[in-house]
Amino acid sequence: MTQNPSPIAITVSHLRKTYSNVNAVEDVSFVVNEGEIFGMLGPNGAGKTTTVECIIGLRHPDGGAISVLGLDPQVDRDALHLVVGVQLQFSTFPDKLKVSEILDMYRSFYSNPANPEELARALGFGEKLGSYYKTLSGGQKQRVSVALALIGQPKIAVLDEMTTGLDPQARLDTWELIEKIRDRGTTIILVTHSMEEAERLCDRVALIDHGRIIALDAPYGLAEKVTGGKQVRFVPSKAFDDQLLKALPEVKTVEHQGKHVKVVGSGQLINAVILTLAKNGIAALEIHSEGATLEDAFVKLTGRHIHEESKD
Amino acid sequence: MNNTRIKTPQAAFGKLLLNESRLAWRIPIGAGMGLGLPLLLLIVFGSIPAMRQVSSDLGGSSYFALSFPILIVTTVLALSIIVMPRSLIQYRETGILRRLSVTPVPPSSLLAAQIVINLAIVVAGLIILTVAGVTAFGLELPKNFPAFLLAELLTVTSLFALGLCIGAMVKNDGVAQGIGGFLFFALMFFGGIWIPRPLMPAMLLNISNWIPLGSSVDAIQRAMQGLFPSLQSILVLTAYTLVFGYLAVRFFKWE
Repeated sequence: MTQNPSPIAITVSHLRKTYSNVNAVEDVSFVVNEGEIFGMLGPNGAGKTTTVECIIGLRHPDGGAISVLGLDPQVDRDALHLVVGVQLQFSTFPDKLKVSEILDMYRSFYSNPANPEELARALGFGEKLGSYYKTLSGGQKQRVSVALALIGQPKIAVLDEMTTGLDPQARLDTWELIEKIRDRGTTIILVTHSMEEAERLCDRVALIDHGRIIALDAPYGLAEKVTGGKQVRFVPSKAFDDQLLKALPEVKTVEHQGKHVKVVGSGQLINAVILTLAKNGIAALEIHSEGATLEDAFVKLTGRHIHEESKD
Repeated sequence: MNNTRIKTPQAAFGKLLLNESRLAWRIPIGAGMGLGLPLLLLIVFGSIPAMRQVSSDLGGSSYFALSFPILIVTTVLALSIIVMPRSLIQYRETGILRRLSVTPVPPSSLLAAQIVINLAIVVAGLIILTVAGVTAFGLELPKNFPAFLLAELLTVTSLFALGLCIGAMVKNDGVAQGIGGFLFFALMFFGGIWIPRPLMPAMLLNISNWIPLGSSVDAIQRAMQGLFPSLQSILVLTAYTLVFGYLAVRFFKWE
């Protein structure tokens, strides 16, 4: 059913884009597989949106090559836009059109569109179909925008900051819908600066900073690899020799913080630590375990938090 | 799955046009400025007996009769350089054109829909004005009807090209309103709204002949009297159409 037998949906190689001497994108290469949710995570100004705008043919790259389902976004724009649905940041619609009228118009652009009522219900604005766009809240407008990206039943959906401005429940609903759409075989590119969103949804994540990809992997794999893994903190029932734990293959470091002991490692870290201590007659109390997060990975890689403005 | 082409481009354009009509109906600035204002002026001018007096200074015509071509041009002017550019600029400012440019339907379709809608209002306005002028205020029907239609056509093409040019180049809604307002009154002046063309000093009349509105009013006036538009006015209006049209296409910014 696809024209392209290859499992690769999008290939970006050595993409470069410069705005008035500022390199928005320096050198970005990656591959998106068919049917995956591919995340692009990074602070504002990192080059995520510019990369995506090159992929959907909105901008001319200054260097590199892009292939989307075998199409060149600069040459085959019309063919591309039939199979790629897009949600842009900051796009609005006329105040005096009703939501159903906007959906109905966009629906007419595609040969095999989705049912607008179903889409609206799944995204939680079914009751707003008959209302003027003007009367919608920011979050509802955002969801209309996501619906318009999906109304053509695209093979690839590109969503730029899709849950910005949504309340927690709407975020969860939107995430659920995106997972459902992925399960139907749609490839999704998700641009976000929400760690939580990337961890929850993405099969793979590219961390982007200063126009470059600084890491690319499955969210947890990436976090573990970059930060050195997970950690467990506990209060031992009595003093013990650090070598006891350091000898374990799962353990990397052992550190004393007051009465607490912090052990960093990987794999089945908690089991290994508890069993070893128990064998030696020591109980681990107040156990607290943390997996590495993408946030940790980002801090480790860039030396700052993702919501801090990057200073050049 | 066969999403390899647009279902029918006509269907998509139809929906675009439908939504533009809804907007024109729900926010009736176009109808107000293009239909309401000229109709109001027609009623006011037609109700003042002094304005309907025939005078030899005016070449055997009356102020009222001379104002009719100007009211026709006002309708076209309001929609072409005030209403249409504002819509286009708002569509660009709010990202509507940009959003359309990532669908299978090119954003130029929205431009086309805007032209069609505003033209439709112009045509309705011209019919209402002409019918009202003739039936209610005793204006004579144009003596050379084909010439009358040609003059109106050239008026529409030159002013719509000018309006598209404004919509293409001006980025900001406020600036567009300023430019539109200024041009509206400047062009009306040269068209003869305050000093009818037969009373204009030679130099002013000469300038008026080279200005879009002056040549439009001249062409319509001649058609009313049974004459064909002068070659100069035909050439001037055609030239404005081509030049403004070219500039609009050349410099149109989609974002």
